[in-house]
Amino acid sequence: MIGIEHYVVVSTILFVLGVLGIFLNRKNIIVILMAIELILLAVNINLVAFSAFLGDLTGQIFAMFVLTVAAGEAAIGLAILVIYFRARGTIAVDDVDRLKG
Amino acid sequence: MELHSSLTLVLPEIVIAISALLLVLVTAYVGDKTARLVSILAATTLGTAAVMVAPALFEGAAGPDTVAFNGQFYADSFASFAKILIYLAAIACLLIAPSFFNRLSAFKPEYPVLILLATLGMSVMVSAGDLITLYIGLELNSLAAYVLASFLRNDTRSAEAGLKYFVLGALASGILLYGMSLVYGFTGTTSFEGVRAALTGEMSTGALFGVIFVLAGLAFKISAVPFHMWTPDVYEGAPTPVTTFFATAPKVAAIALTARVTLDAFGNQADAWRQIVIFAALASIVLGALGAIGQNNLKRLLAYSSINNVGFILIGLAAATVAGLGAMLTYLAIYVVMSLGSFVALLMLRDAEGVPLETFDDIAGLSTTRPAIAWCLLLLMFSLAGIPPLLGFWGKFVVFQAAVEADLVVLAAIGIAASVIGAFYYIKFVKVMFFDDAVDRVQGKSDAGHWVLLVLSAVIISPLGYLAMRWLGGLTDNAAAALFLAS
Repeated sequence: MIGIEHYVVVSTILFVLGVLGIFLNRKNIIVILMAIELILLAVNINLVAFSAFLGDLTGQIFAMFVLTVAAGEAAIGLAILVIYFRARGTIAVDDVDRLKG
Repeated sequence: MELHSSLTLVLPEIVIAISALLLVLVTAYVGDKTARLVSILAATTLGTAAVMVAPALFEGAAGPDTVAFNGQFYADSFASFAKILIYLAAIACLLIAPSFFNRLSAFKPEYPVLILLATLGMSVMVSAGDLITLYIGLELNSLAAYVLASFLRNDTRSAEAGLKYFVLGALASGILLYGMSLVYGFTGTTSFEGVRAALTGEMSTGALFGVIFVLAGLAFKISAVPFHMWTPDVYEGAPTPVTTFFATAPKVAAIALTARVTLDAFGNQADAWRQIVIFAALASIVLGALGAIGQNNLKRLLAYSSINNVGFILIGLAAATVAGLGAMLTYLAIYVVMSLGSFVALLMLRDAEGVPLETFDDIAGLSTTRPAIAWCLLLLMFSLAGIPPLLGFWGKFVVFQAAVEADLVVLAAIGIAASVIGAFYYIKFVKVMFFDDAVDRVQGKSDAGHWVLLVLSAVIISPLGYLAMRWLGGLTDNAAAALFLAS
């Protein structure tokens, strides 16, 4: 029998993978965008699972909002990536060092 | 009838939203030459919205009459105090931008439109009464801010600032959202009122994680340590008017939001979040003071200064009393004026070709070549350092007083000690400007609007500002009481 805790465990694993993807990735900024999507998907799994478990619709409505905002976020992220590539000619993570720190 | 009263309460936001959408259309049809007109219209819109929210401020509005859409949105005096600060700061950022961008021939009408959208997001943030409203407001603000940071498309530094801000901001939103999903799961509701009612007594591990994640995400947005690392890079790389914007309006919004979430939604778990807020406050004060010491870039230095100031603001929140919250709002208002003034002064520093100057080497001996700017900067820096009789001292004083009254004596003592360390780099400013050999790099006439804002902020933070403190104190007490009444 699959209970609520299985869903929470899966979403936790996805969330941790997403965060690690942002910090451990040394190659490509596109991978970071994918990691961010992974985090948002982990949140959505959580919301929908809790919503079904509690018998309360709010979580599913919340998930819809998250999906919508995630689409806008990805569009803006890619747009910024494009102007960055035009200016620098690279999207390797290690080259993002013009500003020290 | 319920719908009608709700719509009346969100009227300022509706005005801003419609104005932003209309201005996008104007921009799309007429093109770049409307930039100045669109700026003026955007500033007018924000001014109108400020007038519309002002009445709630004086009435000390709270209670059921100020709740719209079944608790999704609060239009109380706390929200209206924050909104007026946000609108005024945004108007200032609209006014200072044209001359800066025109020098680089990069002034586009998208700038005022993005500022309007970001302001709309902040407006929703400070009024949020539900996790969903909170998220929508926060993202509307953040998405506009990412674009603003990379506004100078051909400048590699601006593009990099935008990219860094986007990646770290999206991560922060993700952490915040994950926390909200846990809070929802363990309380069964997303409204602040419901969460407050559900989170009483001993919290389960899941709910505790939810609270911690939500606070971590919010700490990111207010650039409190340990989630401050994006601030210096973004402040340095973004165009200076945009940096001015980041240092003022979104900071007010994020701090007001943090106050509402902690005191309203997590109001019954004060012992749990107070430890986190106290840690963040102390770490921000110390790291903000120490990190600024080696910096040569003035925008980077002011970024550390803002981290340091956020620490003091959080001390007011850590008190978790009406007095503490009122002190926090007073400090916030004074901080907005100080950082607006300092960034406007930075905007006025440029060489003969109009290239912005932003390092210590460029301002050496500024007092002989540009005495007016140097004296205003002196006042602003002494005020940021908290040296009496300037107004920055009053902000720190009320915050520490509230902390001591709430039995946070150790916190106040460490804060005072760290503010002495922080005074070092503010005084370095003065030393470089007044006692180093003049390099005479600052050239060109400054914009009249910049002068007005610089002198205005210098007058407000001068001892003359104390005349307004009784009035400001009354307003902040009203605003703070509204938050405690609502909860």
